[in-house]
Amino acid sequence: MSLVQEIDYGTPRSRAEGTVTLAIDGVRVEAPEGTSIMRAAMEMGTKIPKLCATDMVDAFGSCRLCLVEIDGRPGTPASCTTPVAEGMVVRTQTERLKRLRKGVMELYISDHPLDCLTCSANGDCELQDMAGAVGLREVRYGYDGDKHPNPGVDASNPYFTYDPSKCIVCSRCVRACEEVQGTFALTIAGRGFESVVSPGMEESFLESECVSCGACVQACPTATLNEKSVIETGTPEHSVVTTCAYCGVGCAFKAEMRGEDVVRMLPYKDGKANRGHSCVKGRFAWGYATHRDRVLKPMIRARITDPWREVSWEEAIGHAASEFRRIQAEHGRRAIGGITSSRCTNEETFLVQKLVRAGFGNNNVDTCARVCHSPTGYGLKTTFGTSAGTQDFDSVEQADVVVVLGANPTDGHPVFASRLKKRLREGAKLIVIDPRRIDLVRTPHVEADFHLPLRPGTNVAVLTALAHVVVTEGLVDEAFVRERCDWDGFQDWAAFVADPRHSPEVVAPMTGVSAEALRGAARLYATGGNAAIYYGLGVTEHSQGSTTVMAIANLAMATGNIGRPGVGVNPLRGQNNVQGSCDMGSFPHELPGYRHISDDATRAMFEALWGAPLDDEPGLRIPNMLDAALDGSFRGLYVQGEDILQSDPNTHHVAAGLAAMECVVVHDLFLNETANYAHVFLPGSTFLEKDGTFTNAERRIQPVRRVMAPRNGYADWQITLMLARAMGAEWDYGHPSEIMDEIARLTPSFAGVSFARLDALGSIQWPCNESAPDGTPVMHIGGFVRGKGNFVITEYVPTDEKTGPRFPLLLTTGRVLSQYNVGAQTRRTANVAWHKEDVLEIHPHDAEQRGIRDGDWVKLASRVGDTTLRAEITERVAPGVVYTTFHHPGTQANVVTTEYSDWATNCPEYKVTAVQVSPSNGPSQWQEDYEAMARQSRRVAPVVEAAE
Amino acid sequence: MSPDRLVYMANQIGRFFASQGPDQAVAGTADHLRLFWDPRMRREILAYVEADGEGLAPNVREAVRSLKSDPDRDRSL
Repeated sequence: MSLVQEIDYGTPRSRAEGTVTLAIDGVRVEAPEGTSIMRAAMEMGTKIPKLCATDMVDAFGSCRLCLVEIDGRPGTPASCTTPVAEGMVVRTQTERLKRLRKGVMELYISDHPLDCLTCSANGDCELQDMAGAVGLREVRYGYDGDKHPNPGVDASNPYFTYDPSKCIVCSRCVRACEEVQGTFALTIAGRGFESVVSPGMEESFLESECVSCGACVQACPTATLNEKSVIETGTPEHSVVTTCAYCGVGCAFKAEMRGEDVVRMLPYKDGKANRGHSCVKGRFAWGYATHRDRVLKPMIRARITDPWREVSWEEAIGHAASEFRRIQAEHGRRAIGGITSSRCTNEETFLVQKLVRAGFGNNNVDTCARVCHSPTGYGLKTTFGTSAGTQDFDSVEQADVVVVLGANPTDGHPVFASRLKKRLREGAKLIVIDPRRIDLVRTPHVEADFHLPLRPGTNVAVLTALAHVVVTEGLVDEAFVRERCDWDGFQDWAAFVADPRHSPEVVAPMTGVSAEALRGAARLYATGGNAAIYYGLGVTEHSQGSTTVMAIANLAMATGNIGRPGVGVNPLRGQNNVQGSCDMGSFPHELPGYRHISDDATRAMFEALWGAPLDDEPGLRIPNMLDAALDGSFRGLYVQGEDILQSDPNTHHVAAGLAAMECVVVHDLFLNETANYAHVFLPGSTFLEKDGTFTNAERRIQPVRRVMAPRNGYADWQITLMLARAMGAEWDYGHPSEIMDEIARLTPSFAGVSFARLDALGSIQWPCNESAPDGTPVMHIGGFVRGKGNFVITEYVPTDEKTGPRFPLLLTTGRVLSQYNVGAQTRRTANVAWHKEDVLEIHPHDAEQRGIRDGDWVKLASRVGDTTLRAEITERVAPGVVYTTFHHPGTQANVVTTEYSDWATNCPEYKVTAVQVSPSNGPSQWQEDYEAMARQSRRVAPVVEAAE
Repeated sequence: MSPDRLVYMANQIGRFFASQGPDQAVAGTADHLRLFWDPRMRREILAYVEADGEGLAPNVREAVRSLKSDPDRDRSL
């Protein structure tokens, strides 16, 4: 193995379609118009010396090293800033150029500490490389003159250092922060010799608005900005391309290794989701893989009040299997079930649902998409025919109007947010529909044209009002609708939305959004060119989540914004493999590929290959499982890679359901909160320790590649395989590729997918089959999957979760950039530097009324429970609305959320809970009781040595 | 399972399909229950309707009753 080397072309690819022909060093070259000479030369394999240029950012022309000579032009222009031209004759190496470059390098080196042998970038330093490339043999100015200012190393960021003494002021970091990340946190302070990189207003990196995405570190040609892991471990010696295990963007990374140690994760430029960018989680927060909290040995116990007992894999698996069989014998085959993980691979998820369907003999399988994007599946299947987003991420580069609805991409999907912000800086318009003033509403060089700060729970009313404007003001794309959609259905829908009761003027008081803003936003969406909708859990996690998804689809169809690049309906998936876990048949009513379990022909195909009869009835969803546990008809659960106690609503209810079960098997990296109620613990493996695939929000199937041996001994698919065999299944898989082959045989949309094809193409967007052998970047081109697009009437039904005198505020929940989901991974990294506890955002007016000061402990109470946390007073939330995250088990925000859920899918209504906030002086009784219980539950009995 | 919970969920479903027009109010609700509810949930809501069905919307009651007469699904109820 060796390091995966990516070519740096110096400047970005030109998007121009026309080409020009020129000669470089006597070689005839054809290049797209607008291409820099530097890039055109590199395309033909000629590396022009450079320092300030890199192909992730626009040309800057400051280092004066990439000079070339051009026939007929005076001087020696910079090749990075000079575009190619027809008939141009370029020379990259002449005596004059050699002399000039050497002179420039002498100046750089005279101001650089010559500690190369002990420098952390030794062997990975472009300054060093260029000194060699220009043949530098002496520095006429000596080394003793004034040096660049050196105020000392800034090591405040947990993951990288800033050493100004090594800075060559190439501005690559500043430009990466601006152009790639879009945060504008860095600048060059001072002038001339005094120039230094400055985060924020000359603050430390940690205190500045830097979001620690790593783009500056990646761009730095020296050791000025360098990963601490490289400083500590040394430079890597081999690398493997793999896929991030955090959010649904699915960034491709090079895991750069030294032996089995990860030295760093570098975003992969060929990654089609991230195009070489990353965020603080994927780039840096992988230390949990070797965290001391990982449990590496299987454990069992008879009762959840007992201490754990470490046992062999054989004993743990055998115990789980025999308990499941006992429960089925005593209470029926439908008395047990399983939960698949949206953090595990497609292959692992497929095996868990197969275990439930073919091994347990029922369909009691569900996944965490139940609590996030299950309404997306229902809504998009009903309207378009496919349970998935319609575009690839590249599509945003062609959008003219972007609607961000119930999503906070800068925190939840940061790499997509950077791509979106780039498009917005180019001039695309932005409509934000969100109760909170999320960062995108106003952030450097980006300002939303419309922010509709709707009252939580009124999505459907707002979307129907937008549709009202589209229909009543004649903004429908009738040609599209007539050709592509069910015309009768459209007419019914149009008559419905045109009703005056849906007008912005009528809807404004109940939604809190002005009629003017509603009308303006609707007109912009319908008439602004390519219009794309990106949405998140602020859409789905409502009692009308599915209705909202269908309302979004209606709008897109009515305005013809479907079926080409730049438009579409794009769910931003929460976890890395939410799309994949749904594709793999994790829902209790459908087999892989979204085919209903009652379909005899489909079921027969699976039965024939699996050699087992399948139940033709839908199984229980997660909340149904918990309800059924309390009535005694559901008693055993296998949970792979989920923490339902912390992530699911109404913690008291989840705890009661789990406690009522006779055998809970938790398969995870850590003793999570659900494990407090478990009888068997099976240690899991991280994404670094196994092979497989993840599928991101754009339906992109990407390889996950093992870079180290599983510390627990087995990849997760092997553990499920052992459990299945112990349950009597005769499964035989030697590698996850064989599981993917089975998926492809059984699932038409995956028919052309294999590990070999993924290795060849890098990634594949399903559907991938005979008619789309390389996959499908944009769906519904020329026609909808279901045939004609289906308009659905979306009557607004106010949630039953009402505010009143006891609970006058509305709580909505979400997440922050540095933490991920229940925090199991990110809490075990240095990311806690940015978010060490959940806090409650509250508007100054509401805080003032309650006598709450910033940083005070407050009690957050709803009708189902209460917890305490610190208050953060901010105008990011509107009066009457409070907001918190659910990353920390010490807070457990879901103690407060209720059992209300989406009518179609039971996706919980996390986004609307009536609450009261009051001053507090410490943890609630529940928090103290829970902490004591958790401590008790996590005891591990000492191992008793066998008697001699 | 708790009858209150089943009734609440069934009414939510019924309310959506009632908004889809008269032909969907009962048929759509029944179809949704068949496609997405586990047999024990359908069995319990049916027993509830046969007892008195209090609190269920009329279209939901009718939809639940229709589950019993579904020859394809009788065996599981």
